[in-house]
Amino acid sequence: MTATNKKAAKQREPLFHVAKRDAVPLWKSLLIRLVALALAFLFCGLLTFLITRHSPLELYESMFLDVFRTSRRVWKMIKDIAVLLCISLAVTPAFRMRFWNIGAEGQVLVGCLATTACMYYLGGKVPDHLLIPIMLVSALISGAVWGLIPAVFKAKWNTNETLFTLMMNYIATYLVAYFLLVWTPDGSSTLPRLQHGHLPVFFDNDYALIVMVVVALTLLMYVYLYYSKQGYEISVVGESENTARYVGISVPRVIIRTMLVSGAVCGLAGFLIVGGLDHSITTESAGGRGFTAIMVSWLAKFNPILMVATSFLLIFLDHGAARMSQDFGMSDAFPKVITGIILFFVIGCEFFINYRLVFRTKASAKREEKA
Amino acid sequence: MNAQESKAIALEMKNVSKRFGSVVANKNVDLTVYHGEILAILGENGCGKTTLMNMISGIYYPDEGQVFVDGQEVVIKSPKDAFRHKIGMIHQHFKLVDLFTATENIILGLKEEGRVSMAGAEQRVREIADRYGFHIDPKKKIYEMSVSEKQTVEIIKVLYRNADILILDEPTAVLTPQETEKLFAVLRRMRDDGKSVIIITHKLHEVLSLTDRVAVLRRGEHIATVNTAETNENELTEMMVGKKIALNIHRSDPKDVCDRLVVSHVNCVGADGIKLLDDVSFTARAGEILGIAGIAGSGQRELLESIAGLQHLDSGEIVYHNPKNGEAVNLRDKTPLQIRELGVRLSFVPEDRLGMGLVGNMDITDNMMLRSYRKGHSLFLDRKKPRNLAEDIIKSLEIVTPGTTTPVRRLSGGNVQKVLVGREIASSPAVLMAAYPVRGLDINSSYAIYNLLNTQKENGTAVIFVGEDLDVLIELCDRILVINSGAVTGIVDGRTARKEELGLLMTKTRTECEEVTDGDGNE
Amino acid sequence: MNIWKYIFEYLMQAIPLGMTFVYGSVGEILTEKAGHLNLGIPGIMCVGAAGGCTALQYLMPGGVPAVHPVLVVILGILASFLAAGLVGLLYSFLTVTLKANQNVTGLTITIFGVGAMKHLMVGLKGSTYLKALPYFRYPFSQAEQGTLLRSMQLCGVMLFLAIIIALVSSYVLNRTRVGLHLRAVGENPATADAVGINVTAYKYWATCIGSGIAGLGGLFYVMDYSGSPEAYKSIEPLGWLSIALVIFALWRPHLSVLGSIIFGALFVAGYYIPTIPGVKLSMSFTPLLKMLPYIVTMIVLIVSSIRNKRENQPPSGLGVNYYREER
Repeated sequence: MTATNKKAAKQREPLFHVAKRDAVPLWKSLLIRLVALALAFLFCGLLTFLITRHSPLELYESMFLDVFRTSRRVWKMIKDIAVLLCISLAVTPAFRMRFWNIGAEGQVLVGCLATTACMYYLGGKVPDHLLIPIMLVSALISGAVWGLIPAVFKAKWNTNETLFTLMMNYIATYLVAYFLLVWTPDGSSTLPRLQHGHLPVFFDNDYALIVMVVVALTLLMYVYLYYSKQGYEISVVGESENTARYVGISVPRVIIRTMLVSGAVCGLAGFLIVGGLDHSITTESAGGRGFTAIMVSWLAKFNPILMVATSFLLIFLDHGAARMSQDFGMSDAFPKVITGIILFFVIGCEFFINYRLVFRTKASAKREEKA
Repeated sequence: MNAQESKAIALEMKNVSKRFGSVVANKNVDLTVYHGEILAILGENGCGKTTLMNMISGIYYPDEGQVFVDGQEVVIKSPKDAFRHKIGMIHQHFKLVDLFTATENIILGLKEEGRVSMAGAEQRVREIADRYGFHIDPKKKIYEMSVSEKQTVEIIKVLYRNADILILDEPTAVLTPQETEKLFAVLRRMRDDGKSVIIITHKLHEVLSLTDRVAVLRRGEHIATVNTAETNENELTEMMVGKKIALNIHRSDPKDVCDRLVVSHVNCVGADGIKLLDDVSFTARAGEILGIAGIAGSGQRELLESIAGLQHLDSGEIVYHNPKNGEAVNLRDKTPLQIRELGVRLSFVPEDRLGMGLVGNMDITDNMMLRSYRKGHSLFLDRKKPRNLAEDIIKSLEIVTPGTTTPVRRLSGGNVQKVLVGREIASSPAVLMAAYPVRGLDINSSYAIYNLLNTQKENGTAVIFVGEDLDVLIELCDRILVINSGAVTGIVDGRTARKEELGLLMTKTRTECEEVTDGDGNE
Repeated sequence: MNIWKYIFEYLMQAIPLGMTFVYGSVGEILTEKAGHLNLGIPGIMCVGAAGGCTALQYLMPGGVPAVHPVLVVILGILASFLAAGLVGLLYSFLTVTLKANQNVTGLTITIFGVGAMKHLMVGLKGSTYLKALPYFRYPFSQAEQGTLLRSMQLCGVMLFLAIIIALVSSYVLNRTRVGLHLRAVGENPATADAVGINVTAYKYWATCIGSGIAGLGGLFYVMDYSGSPEAYKSIEPLGWLSIALVIFALWRPHLSVLGSIIFGALFVAGYYIPTIPGVKLSMSFTPLLKMLPYIVTMIVLIVSSIRNKRENQPPSGLGVNYYREER
């Protein structure tokens, strides 16, 4: 073959084309994700190196090892994982139903607000062992109501839930801002820590209760989604509303019921945040975790057990990058940049799990045939 | 007859192969098309006809092989490349933007300089329409059009691009016989104009009446290309199916016939004010197969869905006679769940298997539960019985699957259908409705389904079978109801029905039919 | 008499703020017309602001323009457009080429964009880049105190640019071949593909240009509307409102101008109403007033979903990634 012929042949056939994969064995999909993560960390190390001029090894040490160095840091991570996991569990039933609820932020915040309101108005007047159940119930109810509103409109008129729940977030934020102004006569909007209605401390550890609650919730949610009739209905509605109607499942009822569950669990997260950790509220009490929870849930393919791993990943990223930023004098927004970049890699690598590139060389064509 | 030999070759495919995952769609196919001829690509459903044509129209890219246009080797990576080589395809599912007008759709994708000159484009559309004898309103929006109008838009779209090679994928599937005749006249005019016309079809009579040559495909492979004038129906069928199969469907005589489902004066108006069902009345009897014939989209789906509780009715009654206690219940406007709770044993195999009858991403066991998961008061699912049922069905219906945990989506069309039908008959229904249950299945799977329907009939079920192949309807059904534009145009005896009679009923309005059939009614 | 003064002043607050939404929503409309729901718009607006401000920092060393002031403005705008466009490119690569979930990708873009902007803006000196402000508000900033022109000082070049971009987008979408093709890609990508339209290219271009336009909204808000070194902290919620506005405008860029002004009016109402003399409103009501635009958007969402008119629906291909060989 002459050189021109070769060139013509090259032009003739595209370098590769994209083909859908049948099914990928588990080890292969895990390997692809691990490679993506490794590449992401490599890229972030390089980026940070270019900005700070510190050896990447130091950076990795700061990111990977320093976060585990003291038990206080580890417990802080565990606490954050627990809270994030709790919110992720909350959004999962809705996502399995393909209901794009990005309003967890608001649902958590109203849970926080209800809890704080109980503590503020009833604290000291009602004994704590009575106050705490009241806090819990009002948090669950308010979260559920916040989830119910978009669900009703979705069920009745198919109103776009993504934007609706987003708007609800802002209403929750301003509602909190309003109450903060009411509760702080000096106009500072900073509510001091409330003294009553603190959740009990077990094993001398402030976070033990939350961890136990979230572990139990994870298992419960797993069983609910995979082994209960309601969980089955959620999956059917999510996969195909037509099929759901065909077998007599009332789609509106399932949407409303599921969003009640989602919202209530968000409310529970709010209750844990205020009652167990902050004992106060700000407009940032949810702190963007309502959005991060969507990532956690999606990355775990909406499986509650896998979500333990994905919430660990995201919290670890956040803490590690924060540690690194602190150690090397970067802004406190830098961890978000790192988290974003790593998520890009993780999101991008799904492509290589679902599709494969077919290169048009004869050798590869033959290999394909054999395989 | 070597007339073709003298004509110039327009298109040639050599050794073309295409795979989808582990499925081989085409294997080493060779094909030649001449200028000024009509060529049929004949084959059963799923034999790779459409895939093969999609590779010349740029939808798919071949894994192996070469394509030549006018003797030059070409690479067709996209539909744009296809147009450049003057190849245009009219797909079975029209590729039109509903929100656009006919002209907007026709000029879509063309690269002419400057602003869009709608008036100029409309003028050219009219010219093309006049030249080949189409009727079209260039300003009409697609979502307001009938199927045949949409097809006209598609054909003009291709002609507007000066295509010399036109590929039509099952063009007559959605047309009435009259519309089909008109289309054929247009296609003949195009051939006389020197264009190459390729039609993909599985209907033999169309091949014989229209085409010059026939290329037969079977299981993705090219079997032979023959001159239409030198062949006949039997020879073509043999090439298509591999071995000679007479359409011998076993039909037993109905026993213990009694009324099971009485539908009377059912009316249903769609969202845009069109009558979907127009005063439909009929009776489905236990121990009989009632066939429903009609052009696709004549109200068959609405009829079955209204019985299944999925379609709101404006008036009329659907009365079910319970075989256990003889009670009669009205099913009108009941939800599927209410129907079930009334003790009505109704099974329904819908047309859209993976979109309605099954959940594609769930495994066979979970799909078995769809109908029965509510049983019992437990909050939790019982997967044991569904798993046993799944295993039984896999065994008894010979479903090819790695196991009960395979997502249904990964099974082949025939196996998907067996899963669905298997589940629906597992509850020993009193009424079984099946919409196009053999669509897309190979011959063996189709017969398996016919046998299942017959067994149900012998067990005393009232079977309602919506079909598209008139030969099958005539051989399988005890009675055939014909529906057109939502109205029943006739109910005939399956044993004495003639194809022409059915075809006539399918296209006539009810008032016309009443004049014809008055006096010799079968009821 | 007095009341007109208040209405005028109110509109002079509301209209410029509204232009932030015009940029954001026109950018999002172009993207959605190509079938992609970009929830990354808030982050992209942030990046646009950061890109523009960074460029201005370099163009205004020590607060003095290094080049001709007109060039400062042009280069600032270009830098903002390019920075945001690059993030749009990343979004397109992930969703168009790698076919990643659009919602998840968009949210990640927002996390990344907000973080990147805060990281960059902390490093910038507000006192430097904000010195370019008068050039952005030319000629009104040069007019004498107390004149009508001066009272329109919040109307800078970028205000008019916003309206021009909206009207041009509207023209391109509805009257040109490119617009016809773009709408086809968003409505039915398989059809567009079948007639030889390069679906991937259209998706990329629409998303990148749309992102660039949205990015200008961020720069406009910081450099023109507010002129405060703290302004960047409040861009994100404006981005979310811009996305909501797309529905309000029924996917029509020219309608988004009107919608944006209404949104702007509602948004500033929360700040403005308590300052009117004679209005007795406790400060604590401010947050409740600030809810207004969000509540109105929800009402629009509900009403448009109830009315359900064919021409007013989102592009039918919205949110679904296109893969040609899907069967």
